[in-house]
Amino acid sequence: MTELTNLTVAQIRDGHRAGDFSAVEVAEAFNANVAGAKALNAFIVETPEHAIAAAKAADADRSAGTLKPLSGVPIGMKDLFCTNGVQTTAASHMLEGFVPRYESTVSQKLWDAGAGMLGKLNLDQFAMGSSNETSYFGNVISPWRRKDGGNAALAPGGSSGGSSSAIAARLCPAATGTDTGGSIRQPAAFTGISGIKPTYGRCSRWGIVAFASSLDQAGPMARDVRDCAIMLENMAGFDPKDATSLDMAVPNWEAALSSDLKGKTVGIPREYRLDGIDPDIDAMWDAGIAMLKDAGAEVVEISLPHTKYALPAYYIIAPAEASSNLARYDGVRYGLRDLPQGAGLQDMYAATRADGFGPEVKRRIMIGTYVLSAGFYDAYYTQAQKVRTLIARDFEQAFASCDVILAPTAPSAAFGLGEKTSDPLAMYLNDVFAVPASLAGLPAMSVPAALNREGLPLGLQIIGKAFDEQGVLNAGLAIEERAGFTARADKWW
Amino acid sequence: MSDYRIKGETGEWEVVIGLEVHAQVTSNAKLFSGAATAFGAEPNTQVSLVDAAMPGMLPVPNRECIRQAVRTGMAIEAQINKWSRFDRKNYFYADLPQGYQISQLYHPLVGEGSLMIEADEKAGIPEAKRIGIERIHVEQDAGKLMHDQHPTMSYVDLNRSGVALMEIVSRPDMRSPAEAGAYVRKLRSILRYVGSCDGNMEEGSMRADVNVSVRRPGDEFGTRTETKNVNSVRFVMAVIEGEAKRQVALIESGGTVVQETRLYDPDRNETRSMRSKEDAHDYRYFPDPDLLPLELDDAFLAECRESLPELPDAKRARYLSAGISAYNADVLTAEVESALWFDALLETGAKPVAAANWVTSELFGALNRLGKSFEDCPVTPAQAGELLGLVADGTISGTIAKQVFEKMLESGDGAAAIVDREGLKQTSDTGAIEGEIAKVLAANADKVEQYKGGKEALFGFFVGQTMKAMQGKANPQVVNELLKKALG
Repeated sequence: MTELTNLTVAQIRDGHRAGDFSAVEVAEAFNANVAGAKALNAFIVETPEHAIAAAKAADADRSAGTLKPLSGVPIGMKDLFCTNGVQTTAASHMLEGFVPRYESTVSQKLWDAGAGMLGKLNLDQFAMGSSNETSYFGNVISPWRRKDGGNAALAPGGSSGGSSSAIAARLCPAATGTDTGGSIRQPAAFTGISGIKPTYGRCSRWGIVAFASSLDQAGPMARDVRDCAIMLENMAGFDPKDATSLDMAVPNWEAALSSDLKGKTVGIPREYRLDGIDPDIDAMWDAGIAMLKDAGAEVVEISLPHTKYALPAYYIIAPAEASSNLARYDGVRYGLRDLPQGAGLQDMYAATRADGFGPEVKRRIMIGTYVLSAGFYDAYYTQAQKVRTLIARDFEQAFASCDVILAPTAPSAAFGLGEKTSDPLAMYLNDVFAVPASLAGLPAMSVPAALNREGLPLGLQIIGKAFDEQGVLNAGLAIEERAGFTARADKWW
Repeated sequence: MSDYRIKGETGEWEVVIGLEVHAQVTSNAKLFSGAATAFGAEPNTQVSLVDAAMPGMLPVPNRECIRQAVRTGMAIEAQINKWSRFDRKNYFYADLPQGYQISQLYHPLVGEGSLMIEADEKAGIPEAKRIGIERIHVEQDAGKLMHDQHPTMSYVDLNRSGVALMEIVSRPDMRSPAEAGAYVRKLRSILRYVGSCDGNMEEGSMRADVNVSVRRPGDEFGTRTETKNVNSVRFVMAVIEGEAKRQVALIESGGTVVQETRLYDPDRNETRSMRSKEDAHDYRYFPDPDLLPLELDDAFLAECRESLPELPDAKRARYLSAGISAYNADVLTAEVESALWFDALLETGAKPVAAANWVTSELFGALNRLGKSFEDCPVTPAQAGELLGLVADGTISGTIAKQVFEKMLESGDGAAAIVDREGLKQTSDTGAIEGEIAKVLAANADKVEQYKGGKEALFGFFVGQTMKAMQGKANPQVVNELLKKALG
């Protein structure tokens, strides 16, 4: 039975269709893995019954000849997506016990496509964090360990750390993630899996607990590029309930996958070469360049001159939006209410929000409130928006001379839990390569490319033109085929 | 120029007034959600997931609300901004589920426009005056708190949460309570013509924030105060008068007016301070990242323009050029219902001046008496046209018309049928009239003497007596002629 949990989404789909196994067998196998991996703390809520119900339906559909695109595939759902009848917390105390009576558009699409849910995956609280250490329900632990004899617990990345850890540990073949400033790509890189953030607007934000509305974008995380394509096809699509949703047809990305990059040009951004960066990162990047040349692509150096301003701009815009988006958690209508004896409305707000939000969330609300306040707005928010425009223009100009951009996903491999928690700025720096594509709303993915000298996975990032997820996936596939990344974490949990 | 002045201890003061009117957009659905907007519904029954700001919910603009605001802008001849944007106004309150109100600070939908207030000597408006309107922006309304449901807790009703409002911001162009009252009435009239707001101030569909300052005539503007949520024309005028007097007294006693927000207490007819500028919220406005900029195309604007009805000013001008008096034209155009009813009456072929006189005296009087309005008017324009037609062609006299109208109201029958049934047709039969005249003159020989002695005013008396004798059915013109002959 354990073999079933080694299968990819495509293999499960095809094997189920061919009658090699039943969907219920698959769901039971993954349910067992989930139940046996409590040590990773990847799930906040486990929903084995949901997975089994979907599997039974898939088996019935197979008999009836009415199979759907994801029939028989159980997945993990990041606990930022509202799920009807299943607790949705955003990993916060504020929403502990909150059970929505509605289903997010993306999760509904996945259920409609036949997928089942293994559980709600842990994350950084309100998706704010790069290590999963801000979750109210305890940090997720990466299945990976350094090959240094020590047993230091490592971060699975964040904010989609439950998703990355669960996939890497074979608790689910694929999962949803959301990416505001790298929250799909960085955890994928840290755990040796793939993940794609599509063009802003591809996936509806309706029913996803908001962090920073102009940046939040859902996307899939899975073991390989094909699975990302399959998942994304079943997550994306125009939604009239989201005013920023793209009114475009969803391409058949899987069918058009091709690792032949003849005639394609790959841009290498000069500004992403950072002084003092881990030499393993640079070596992986160089290897990636060679792989894409091998796939037929031409490689050119490009310039993204405003890159160094991206991180500061991001850490103004995202907290500004968050400070407003999180104002609704006030104890009045749902979620936590902390009403001290004899308290008035203001006291209730203060007590509820002091208790309901963790330190990182409070920090960002404070930053966001500050940068939007009278007298500081122009110096911070307006300036950051100008930077954002310049960064988008950098990409536009760069894409005049290339089709995709290749860069590292993160400046380091996974770090140890607790190593960066005392220094928020060091933590924020982990997003340095991920944030520019987020600010520009561009599709970007991370694929595993190598192991560093400590035996930890490293990821390469491919950034594409707006709407060109296909170009991104194809370049990712070219790397995947050549990198031959088959390493996996030894089971210790 | 208004000569309205506050007479202080140290001389005269001029009042400067600007109004921000919040008008609830007439629409079946809220500004950013599909929820219904029925007034007076059970608490929290008109609330969608979006209005309650549940996690992950997103606003989607309601095209109809935007359309109504654009049409309103066109009706005040304002610039329509084809590119506008929504901003968030952030503050915490229990009736504001999102923790912010979606509004338009930086790029409003409607720019500079204006409206005319008519001269009204009696009210102290010596001449018509154009009042500038700086902008109209679209925003969400909040819910409301109920403090009388529980001894220690407040309840929240979100029915109104998310309902679309237009905030219509005037220039500080008004100089007297009368001008401000006329402005609110005219604005309300225009909104009701356009159909973008029902103008019901009692239900809170329309309310005003009143900005008042005082100055020596000709000086720079003084410091203003803003009195929030005033919900009738009378109260708007009372606030201005009271606030101006308060400011004058304050300045003259050596104090200074502070910029602040005030609340009006109608029971005590006074305003009191709510918060000063120093305590003012920092609303941390920024563009709403859930919404794209609102871009309007030419076809949409053209549709908005074509759908506009004839507006009060144009209608008034048309009535004046048809010979209707200014007073009647004002009365007829003030409310869209009466204007539309009157237009329908004109379409039956009724003569404008006679029709206007009849509507403003007979019909208004009857409606008043019956406690009815033009919306449930007991006679149709066609029925009234028939009645006025009988007067115009001499079938009945004006006096008989009044009787016929009463019978129409009682029975619901048509005018001609009543005239036939009751034998009220006017007669020009000279023989019959001459007979009655002879009797009248014989019975009033003394008055005939006086008349012949030069007291010509008695002629009316003889006409009246003759008409009475004819039971009102004689043609007055024929009576006049025959009387003159008889009195030689």
